[in-house]
Amino acid sequence: MNEMSNFWSGWITFIALLNIFGCLWILWWTRRRHDDDVAEGEELHHSFDGIVEYNNPLPQWWLMMFYGTIVFAFIYLALYPGLGSYKGALGWTSVNQWEHEMEKADNRFDRIFEDYASISIEDLAKDPEAIKVGQRLFGNNCALCHGSDAHGAVGFPNLTDTDWLYGGKVDTIKTTITNGRNGNMPTMAAAVGDAAAIKDVAAHVLSLSGRTGSGDAATGKEKFALCAACHGKEGKGNQMLGAPNLTDNVWLYGGDEATIIETINKGRSGAMPAFKAQLSEEKIHVLTAYVYSLSK
Amino acid sequence: MAKTHEIVEKNIGLMMVFIVIAISFAGLVEIVPLFFQDETTKPVDGLEPHDALALEGRDVYIRDGCHVCHSQMIRPFRAETERYGHYSVAGESVYEHPFLWGSKRTGPDLARVGKRYSDEWHRVHLMNPRDVVPESNMPGFPWLADNVLTGENTGTKMEALRMVGVPYTDDDIAGAKAAVEGKTEMDALIHYLQNLGTVLSFKR
Repeated sequence: MNEMSNFWSGWITFIALLNIFGCLWILWWTRRRHDDDVAEGEELHHSFDGIVEYNNPLPQWWLMMFYGTIVFAFIYLALYPGLGSYKGALGWTSVNQWEHEMEKADNRFDRIFEDYASISIEDLAKDPEAIKVGQRLFGNNCALCHGSDAHGAVGFPNLTDTDWLYGGKVDTIKTTITNGRNGNMPTMAAAVGDAAAIKDVAAHVLSLSGRTGSGDAATGKEKFALCAACHGKEGKGNQMLGAPNLTDNVWLYGGDEATIIETINKGRSGAMPAFKAQLSEEKIHVLTAYVYSLSK
Repeated sequence: MAKTHEIVEKNIGLMMVFIVIAISFAGLVEIVPLFFQDETTKPVDGLEPHDALALEGRDVYIRDGCHVCHSQMIRPFRAETERYGHYSVAGESVYEHPFLWGSKRTGPDLARVGKRYSDEWHRVHLMNPRDVVPESNMPGFPWLADNVLTGENTGTKMEALRMVGVPYTDDDIAGAKAAVEGKTEMDALIHYLQNLGTVLSFKR
């Protein structure tokens, strides 16, 4: 932290003290008897529309409170940093208060996370306490995309089923959380051909999950060779690339004909952010256990 | 005593002078020195001014009132830093004119929302927040995807900001229109959001 220059330190100290002593002076000055004072309880020499003011003393309770605030100010300024670069007897700063808070919490929670870190993820997923902790982490870091119930949304995978884009083994889940994922399906419109050709491919894709489309699936099957590089010849996907399995009933962006055509036309891209910069390894360990527990 | 009382009460000009003196103490002590402290006037290491597109995004953010429900100020409390990341420091706001710290959190703080979610998430969320967060009460902003920016005034805005100390180069200003033209307000806003608070970080 940068030090304050002597000038500004003096400026602050001077005005702050001037203010307090000024208040004291006003209290003293107004209580003093003056030569032209009217007697206490008498009417002052001015009236307006018949409204007059009496020379009544300040209420005692109010005056005591005023003195009280002045005493408080001196004590406060002695203990806390208020007078320029004077740090205060307690040495308090908002940052060291925060550090103290963090340290207290770390002492309490680090031990728990360290214990969890020594347990395998498979075992941790069976520990109801650990799952509770994982759920909190999930709520704060993952729920925004995957939903608080982890059921996902359009474009954001459901984590409660057994279908995995990149794999559902514990190590894979951990890698996904730590480093993030970048899923990218390029636009295939130019490669596949005109609207009719795209419809044919869509028909073939629909046929993979036992449905029929308006295009000719047999023609589409030939063109599907273009897609097979990622999705595989049989459309079963490739977890190395994050290419989805097209033969099941799980659809990230929607599985109706119109959506499939849109996907072929425009491509899709989905990104899962990396969490290694935000979450410690121990926390990612517990989070992995939670995510792993969801699909069982 | 009675006389002095009367002088002040019957002379409104004098009374105003006394009032100004009385209420200026706090400002003189708490605000004025901040204009001369390195801590509040020097940028933190690595802080860059918003580029042209982010600047337009920031203007969309202000125009549509995002700052009314979202603060950009993480206070140094554990509960806040656990959720949002490193507490905000003054040096992060030196290029902000005006700053958007806000004072009300109907939605979460956005000071470090940058890189936290994918662009696609922001897009879906801004179109209709309930598509990804069913319990959200944030309004949708679908028109942002239709409004195309011309970049007509972007350079002028940067010039104005340069006058108050934001270090834009001549190249930045000359290239502003090209950087913005044809992009949608949605692109600009997401670009702005993705850059928020990425200078400081720490593990939670």
